[in-house]
Amino acid sequence: MKLLLTFSRKGQYDPGREPVIARVVKETGVLINVEKANIDSMAGEVLIDVPDADAALVRRRLEEMGVSVRVMENAVARDEAECIDCGACISICPQEVFSFDPGWRLRVNAERCVLCGRCIRACPHGALSQQE
Amino acid sequence: MEKSLDLINARIRDGSARVVTADEMPGIVDELGEEGALEEVDVVTTGTFGAMCSSGAFFNFGHADPPIRMERVWLNDVEAYAGIAAVDAYLGATQEADTKDRPYGGAHVLEDLVAGGTVELRATSRGTDCYPRRGITTELLLEDMNQAIMVNPRNSYQRYNAATNTTDRTLHTYMGTLLPRCGNVSYSGAGTLSPLVNDPGFRVIGSGVPIFLAGAEGMIVGEGTQHSAGGGFGTLMVTGDMKRMRQEFLRAAVMNGYGVTLYIGVGVPIPVLDTRIVRSTAVRDEDIMTEVIDYGTPRRDRPSMARVSYADLKSGSVEIGGETVRASSLSSYRGARAVAQELKAWLEAGKMELALPTRRLDPAKRAKPMRETAVAPRVSDIMNRQVISITEDEEIRVAAKRLLKDETNHLPVLDGNGALVGIITTYDVSKAVVNDGRLKQVKDIMTRKVIKTTPDEPVDIAAQKLEQNNISALPVVDATNRVVGILSAIDLGKLFGGRRRR
Ligand code: SF4
Ligand code: SF4
Repeated sequence: MKLLLTFSRKGQYDPGREPVIARVVKETGVLINVEKANIDSMAGEVLIDVPDADAALVRRRLEEMGVSVRVMENAVARDEAECIDCGACISICPQEVFSFDPGWRLRVNAERCVLCGRCIRACPHGALSQQE
Repeated sequence: MEKSLDLINARIRDGSARVVTADEMPGIVDELGEEGALEEVDVVTTGTFGAMCSSGAFFNFGHADPPIRMERVWLNDVEAYAGIAAVDAYLGATQEADTKDRPYGGAHVLEDLVAGGTVELRATSRGTDCYPRRGITTELLLEDMNQAIMVNPRNSYQRYNAATNTTDRTLHTYMGTLLPRCGNVSYSGAGTLSPLVNDPGFRVIGSGVPIFLAGAEGMIVGEGTQHSAGGGFGTLMVTGDMKRMRQEFLRAAVMNGYGVTLYIGVGVPIPVLDTRIVRSTAVRDEDIMTEVIDYGTPRRDRPSMARVSYADLKSGSVEIGGETVRASSLSSYRGARAVAQELKAWLEAGKMELALPTRRLDPAKRAKPMRETAVAPRVSDIMNRQVISITEDEEIRVAAKRLLKDETNHLPVLDGNGALVGIITTYDVSKAVVNDGRLKQVKDIMTRKVIKTTPDEPVDIAAQKLEQNNISALPVVDATNRVVGILSAIDLGKLFGGRRRR
């Protein structure tokens, strides 16, 4: 399951300095996969992937450390009324989230998405968006 | 055996015509042979659904009271061409709205109208004795117009080049997003279903032939602009009544970093009159070849990186220089199929009859490049030939002196053999000074990845390099990487300033 962590660097546990994720891994023994991280001087955003069964535990521990956690179920969402199944999103996605089914309809495998945003900009029909 | 069009139309009328879509035809010919297929099949329907920039519509708005001769016209803030008659205008799909708060253009206006939405018409005029009014603003629905006639100067390309990008940066083109270093291939066209691929000799596709255009029955006007069938790039000019079109087959689009375009579904029915037509409609994706062109070359003639078939492209990846590169389309194959299938349903229901061309399109014609009476200015025309340079082993102090003395901000750095190996700027030198003078030589501070140009490069391309890399000068090198000049933003300013004054 993907969790989007956001934090302010002014908090008590600054993940820019404090090894928050490493600490959670050590304490819980859950292996966390960091898929994307944007950290600047004021705030940060980290996308992690954790086994579904451990998600609640990881989430609780992170929240105790002052990190806000959001579950990203459909990281990238497709508006079926706008999508015309052109396929322009397929070859530019680094995670191979998109493919065609045998009827040439677009198939979206959203669990693999790392929210790079490329497809959202590249879709000629404005059919893709990031889950709010 | 040959079949007459009258026979086929009679069968369409009595509901006994056998209609198949173009992707079914190869299998039928395999099974029945050419003669058998000719006997069995009466019509082959084709279809394509993709970006067709060269589209738009003529509108007649009717007269207002007092009347106005509209000189400039906007529909939802998108300017239409009004230099036609008092209340007529042509709105092009790629024209963008004057207010740029969102990506919106002619294509969106067309889609909004077809979807049944209202559009704001705004027009201005000087006022004449017969047309005294100077301005008007009103809201219109498609049904309020006398005519909304789509006339697309260039639709339904026979085939289209596929695109890739050999440069180090992402390109945003009308062929979509092209990742750096041949990271992907983008293509357009429906392959075996594409109308013109099924009649490359233009025997039954020509002026006056009825077609499917965005959900309505339309017609082929004649050859499209840039028609170049001799090289496999034929095009069609088509027309149809917008009032009968459907949003499902007419969709506005925005190519990120490029602009607005319109996706349209076009389908042409092909009467199966003889075995030559059987053969041409039996074309497979494997037989339809196209080139993968490097859009990273900013010139008209771009190099081809590979020759591939539509079967390769549709498989999702192609080989370029021994590497497998992912390929995806911009046009919708599912949409193309829907066009061909709907056209088939029309014919089976007797809703449309076929006609032969009243005028044939030239199957051998080739489009010419533009005749340019003045050659686009080259870097050598405006570059500064007095280049102050430095060698990589000099001390930074020497570089600083040279920069100061010659009032320049850029020093190309040469190796012992006089070849360009780097560049330093006043900024690099100041940085080195702040660093307590620990760095001693030019080579310690120079930028090694130099953005450069050549004497024969068009100035506009050099200007784009400056802009994209946010730099203010380019060393000009010859084929042996020797510096022959330097081009600065100031040199460019002179040229463009001069151009504008003229
Ligand atoms: S690029 Fe957009 S319209 Fe095309 S298939 Fe992907 S989501 Fe659909
Ligand atoms: S956001 Fe990036 S990773 Fe996610 S689907 Fe789009 S292109 Fe793929």
